[in-house]
Amino acid sequence: MRYDLMLAGLLLAAPAAAQQGPLGLGTPASPAEIADWDIDASPDGAGLPPGRGSVAEGAVIYAARCAACHGPRGTEGAIAPALRLAGGIGSLATPRPVVTVGSYWPYATTLFDYTRRAMPFDAPQSLTPDQLYAVTAHVLHLNGLLPADAVLDAESLPRIRMPNRDGFRPVRGAE
Amino acid sequence: MPRLSRRAFAASAFAAPGIAAAQPLAVPPGMLAQGGPVDVPYGQPAATEAGVKRRPRAGPGYAPLLGTAGSSLTPLGDLDGTITPNGLHFIRHHAGVPAIAPEQHRLVVHGLVDRPLVFTMDQLRRFPTVSRLHFLECSGNTPFYQQARIRPDWTVQDTHGLLSCAEWTGVRLADVLAEVGLKPGARWMLAEGADAAAMTRSIPVAKALDDAMLAWGQNGEALRPEQGYPLRLFLPGYEGNTSVKWLRRLKFAESPFMTREETSKYTGLMPDGTARQFNFTMEVKSVITRPSGGQSMGPPGFREITGLAWTGRGTIRRVEVSTDGGATWQDAALQEPVLSKCLTRFRLPWRWEGGPAVLLSRATDSTGDVQPTRDALVAETGPNFVYHCNAITAWRVAPSGEVTLAV
Ligand code: HEC
Repeated sequence: MRYDLMLAGLLLAAPAAAQQGPLGLGTPASPAEIADWDIDASPDGAGLPPGRGSVAEGAVIYAARCAACHGPRGTEGAIAPALRLAGGIGSLATPRPVVTVGSYWPYATTLFDYTRRAMPFDAPQSLTPDQLYAVTAHVLHLNGLLPADAVLDAESLPRIRMPNRDGFRPVRGAE
Repeated sequence: MPRLSRRAFAASAFAAPGIAAAQPLAVPPGMLAQGGPVDVPYGQPAATEAGVKRRPRAGPGYAPLLGTAGSSLTPLGDLDGTITPNGLHFIRHHAGVPAIAPEQHRLVVHGLVDRPLVFTMDQLRRFPTVSRLHFLECSGNTPFYQQARIRPDWTVQDTHGLLSCAEWTGVRLADVLAEVGLKPGARWMLAEGADAAAMTRSIPVAKALDDAMLAWGQNGEALRPEQGYPLRLFLPGYEGNTSVKWLRRLKFAESPFMTREETSKYTGLMPDGTARQFNFTMEVKSVITRPSGGQSMGPPGFREITGLAWTGRGTIRRVEVSTDGGATWQDAALQEPVLSKCLTRFRLPWRWEGGPAVLLSRATDSTGDVQPTRDALVAETGPNFVYHCNAITAWRVAPSGEVTLAV
């Protein structure tokens, strides 16, 4: 007998328990339980935490926590060219494209999300939401995408339109 | 038959010109005394195989920050068959290998679901299990896009070593998703790792419900730490990065999450400045592993040409081999079983006459896709595409017998 048919027979025989899947495996996960794990932020702003931070506050954090690897202005690629965070806007269609947050990334929320989960490289997940908004604002400022007096929060961050917003073409059949 | 002295026999048997008289074979010393112990807790290859090992790929300049290379390559030129021994499976990581105690590990499944659930490893192991043979290939394997960076001394380990194949054991993701119950709007799944990169990719739900697995087993034993121990996502045929290791969370939403790894990275930049995104499936590809770069032919005569072919779209239908740089092609034999989204070994008998030769292989898959030449591929993608290079690889055999990369 085929295994999937055997399994189907077993499932039919089991009493249908409300609130449970067909096999009754796993434990309910409450929002409180998973709050510290639920760290993603989407382009529409879903998942962004409360908080706020300014370009100026971000400059201080950037100098202390980011510049050693990414360069004082983010354009240097201090350790490797791939670590450039700023510059290159308008270069993508040239023979020597400079791929950075400013020139390439389609959404500003991605910068927040990635910094929150993985940066600083030597101490991931160590920045508070306020610090994350601030350093995100500063990296966008280094790219000329925010003025020096700007402040970011969960409302304003998703509204930033990145220069390469329309540069990506999903491959056919990806969905 | 009259008895001949050993010396006379040797002389008459090997009288053909150019063949030296052989010394009598010594009795192997291992036959003259008891052998070594067998109470070795975890067996190792013979000491003389120590040269068969992973080698780091000369990678991004920030490798020292990681305290290690960002990736390590499978020695394909030294291996037979199609299964990669676990200790030689290629490694690619973005923030090192976390040490995870399996009893502490949790998988959270939430978002657009009816019943958000958290699973322990014990709970996952109670699902119906499945074992399948599949290749895994890093999206950045075979760095041939920039001609100036290709080096003739590259071996097949350098060019194709971000490719491995194993029997993966775990549960069908579809079965786990039946437990949480996907809501109608759930079209994308975020998969997140428990490493210091908190690696994340968005995966179409159609793939999650098709052949995706949550795997804990690799060739009969637990996943190796560098392969995601204790749990990884496994997406057959998709670029390796999507098979998120150390898997801790799956979240469902209507739209892709647009993580750094599917925008800044793992997208292909075209000459017009646009980029291809969500380029998941690894295309039809093959490479000759013997003879290949860095090997030497030895004396002229019979040789088997052998290599590997694979496609993320289904099965390998045909592999053609050329020994004259593509002027003529012959069909290679495919080793059965030819499995879906798995490595297939091919073989062609050949007589090397001692002259120059250029060896190529060209695979065709079950969708009819044919592996392109490097020129054709780069004409389509430009030189800055970085990922998904499935170009035909050429090995040049010099009259001396030395084999070098000739792409
Ligand atoms: C110790 C060195 C180091 C420090 C400090 C550091 N980074 Fe990074 N950063 C890296 C490395 C290495 C990578 C590449 C990681 C990879 O490719 O997986 C990276 C990648 C990034 C990227 C993605 C770049 C791209 O093009 O995809 C961003 C954005 C970033 N860092 C922001 C920051 C911010 C903001 C800070 C400060 C809060 C910071 N980093 C601190 C080393 C560092």
